Amino acid sequence: MKQLNKYNAGWLALSVIIYFVVQMLIQADVIDYYYQITLMNICMDIILALGLNLIIGFTGQFSLGHAGFMSIGAYCCAIMMLKMPDLTGFLLGLLLGVIVASLVALIVAIPTLRLKGDYLAIATLGISEIIRIAILNMGDLTNGAAGLSGMPILNNWTLSFFGIMLSLIIIVNYIKSSPGRATIAIREDEIAAESMGINTTKYKTIAFVIGAFTASIAGSLYASSFSMIKPDNFGFMKSVDILIIVVFGGLGSVTGTIIAAISLGILNMLLQPFGQLRMIIYAIALIAIMVFKPGGLLQHKELSMKKLFGRLSKKNTPKKEASK
Amino acid sequence: MSLLQVEKLTKNFGGLAAVSMVDFKLESNELVGLIGPNGAGKTTLFNLLTGVYVPTSGEIVMEIDGKKERLNGVKPYVITKKGLARTFQNIRLFKELTVLDNVLIAMHQNSKAGVLASIFRLPKYYRSEEGMRQEALSLLSIFDLDNKQQELAKNLPYGDQRCLEIVRALATKPKILFLDEPAAGMNPQETADLTKQIRKIQQDFKITVVLIEHDMSLVMDICERIYVLEYGRMIAHGTPGEIKQNPKVIKAYLGGEE
Amino acid sequence: MDQFLQQVVNGLSLGSIYALLALGYTMVYGIIKLINFAHGEIYMVGAYVGYTAIQNWGLGLIPALFIAMTFCAVLGVLIERVAYRPLRNATRIAALITAIGVSFLLQYVMILFMGPDVRTFPETVPAKIFKFGGVQVNEQQIYIFVISIILMFLLQFIVKKTKMGKAMRAVSVDSDAAKLMGINVDTTISFTFALGSALAGAAGVLVGVYYNSINPLMGAAPGLKAFVAAVFGGIGLIPGAMLGGLSIGVTEIMVSGYASSLIKDAVVYAILILVLLIKPSGLLGKNKKEKV
Repeated sequence: MKQLNKYNAGWLALSVIIYFVVQMLIQADVIDYYYQITLMNICMDIILALGLNLIIGFTGQFSLGHAGFMSIGAYCCAIMMLKMPDLTGFLLGLLLGVIVASLVALIVAIPTLRLKGDYLAIATLGISEIIRIAILNMGDLTNGAAGLSGMPILNNWTLSFFGIMLSLIIIVNYIKSSPGRATIAIREDEIAAESMGINTTKYKTIAFVIGAFTASIAGSLYASSFSMIKPDNFGFMKSVDILIIVVFGGLGSVTGTIIAAISLGILNMLLQPFGQLRMIIYAIALIAIMVFKPGGLLQHKELSMKKLFGRLSKKNTPKKEASK
Repeated sequence: MSLLQVEKLTKNFGGLAAVSMVDFKLESNELVGLIGPNGAGKTTLFNLLTGVYVPTSGEIVMEIDGKKERLNGVKPYVITKKGLARTFQNIRLFKELTVLDNVLIAMHQNSKAGVLASIFRLPKYYRSEEGMRQEALSLLSIFDLDNKQQELAKNLPYGDQRCLEIVRALATKPKILFLDEPAAGMNPQETADLTKQIRKIQQDFKITVVLIEHDMSLVMDICERIYVLEYGRMIAHGTPGEIKQNPKVIKAYLGGEE
Repeated sequence: MDQFLQQVVNGLSLGSIYALLALGYTMVYGIIKLINFAHGEIYMVGAYVGYTAIQNWGLGLIPALFIAMTFCAVLGVLIERVAYRPLRNATRIAALITAIGVSFLLQYVMILFMGPDVRTFPETVPAKIFKFGGVQVNEQQIYIFVISIILMFLLQFIVKKTKMGKAMRAVSVDSDAAKLMGINVDTTISFTFALGSALAGAAGVLVGVYYNSINPLMGAAPGLKAFVAAVFGGIGLIPGAMLGGLSIGVTEIMVSGYASSLIKDAVVYAILILVLLIKPSGLLGKNKKEKV
């Protein structure tokens, strides 16, 4: 099959192995309930950060409002699950969430994405705050500052895994395609991209919508992980948390994002017992990482199966990566 | 009518007229030179024609399939789709991307696979990708860049970067190609080679090439017609022979007694 | 009408606090293009220093203000030295994350030492109320307004008339060229941080006077709003920050007064987005177009 070359097969095999190993560890209770919460959080962070990296790292558009789109997914899914407290309700809520989030992203993207740099950042921050305040003021539908509660806890490793795989496939396939290259060209040089026939507004908007789409998936998972949500869960600080993962992993690096989300998630868990000192240590770690490794863990490089295979095979017969 | 017709084109920056009342015509399949002293408005004219700047007044009209289309104030990417491509004086490659990707990006507007076909990896995607790759490699081979396809654009030697800019512009399938000082910073031998290549490209692709160049001799050798700009005004137009004799041009370049 | 004027008066005194904060953002942004997210926390530290000076040492408002400003100036310089200077040539987003790290650090160090609880800011200014027609102005508002105006004039004087101010402007236009002209860029940047942080410290004390309560997380929201104010007026521009701060303050009070305080932030952000869409560089900013 031309679609499946050995590098893709390598990634697929790795994913399947990870899935089953973690599943077995959960069944053997090595990963107990407490660790599972950390695991779910890491999974959500991976999805969120992948989407934000598409916007910031690949498209070069600075967004500070990612949590806003997450909250749309969370609320849509929660409202649906309160009506239908089963997996069907969750899936319907997920669907509703991604539709609403994508629509909102589309509406706000077209005017705001004309802005550049820090101006765009502050506008997206404003949009996510407006979303949050809108949710606060929606009466019984969202129940204001107290939020919604009583949703069934449906999220588990399998669901989270599929969430990650779905986001990964969408984002990676998009990046490695003609529209994706057009999007990356905007990051590299917007004027040159436009002179090469690329409708920059269109591709910025697409990236923004895909980002919102995936953020909404994470939001739905969030709503089904904890039986309650409130607007404060999706404030500016949540957007900042996601941004930290993206920068720490490396702008424009998918594998870097995943590694960063996992390591920061574990760091956070290990620091839990330190109580008040936790945030101080976290802050110092953050500053130290940035001062000593300002480009993030992987810069914009990727861990690649190709290099791995290259290292493993001694024959050293250079085969082209072409998908044929 | 001509392929591209420009009438009374003017661009003011504040009080300064960078280009004023310029008339300009391009026929299909010719090589035209645009010369003039520093600051004469050559690059500004390119920017106006390719949509980077919006003209203050005047008309830019292109003939497309027998119909006249006005290009004033049209966005750059639309203009590129209509068949006008350019290179940049101060090299604007996608530096962190590979040579091949630089060319593939320029071929994007002719790509058949849309966003959904790409995300779901429909057969259309694979067909389109492979076709584009082959075409990109054949374009790169014009300047022997096909063996450097996986290098990052920023790591290419300076001369190769200039050539890649030309390949990238060609990849948009232009009818008119604007080259902004393609030989800037090259030594005489490199310049001579590049000149030959430009002539060859113009003939092989049967397109119109407009060349901005400081080096008078280079332009004189290969161009069929030459326009001369000074202080934003078109002061002369004609064959290389005529331009050499033109007293205004001589004065503009050598300075003359008033 | 009276009610309207009353809202304007209330808005201006809140707005002048935002303006003081926005000035720090704008100066730092102007000189090193960094959104100094820790700025709101310096303001919080200023409030606590002022609190300590008044409550524990029994000082008056003005001496407390001086101590807070001095302390914050030193703190600002220190932060720039340790956290931002190593990143001066790194990407701006890396510097931004560092600033967020510093902001966390200040918040939680303060919680460690002072506890997470809200503290009541001691009353130093008598709560006397003056009436002008139907408009009430209390003495605190007058203090806030007058002190802010004095500080802003002082800043304008420093930036426009002194040698250091000239150096600041030179570095913000082109730091490499400034270096070649013999300006010590590092000192200039330190000085900018000192000035901005001192103003934030003053704003912290004044907000304590205004709201009577302070807590370790008080800097986050006003910090964000002051940044919005700076962008609103045109980031990098000192008059822009003043205008932006006052406009945001007045808007906020107006929306709370006439509509609902629940949506005041949403309205502020909506106006900000509108302004940016119409004039992407802020009210007083100049549009810059990249040269091709």
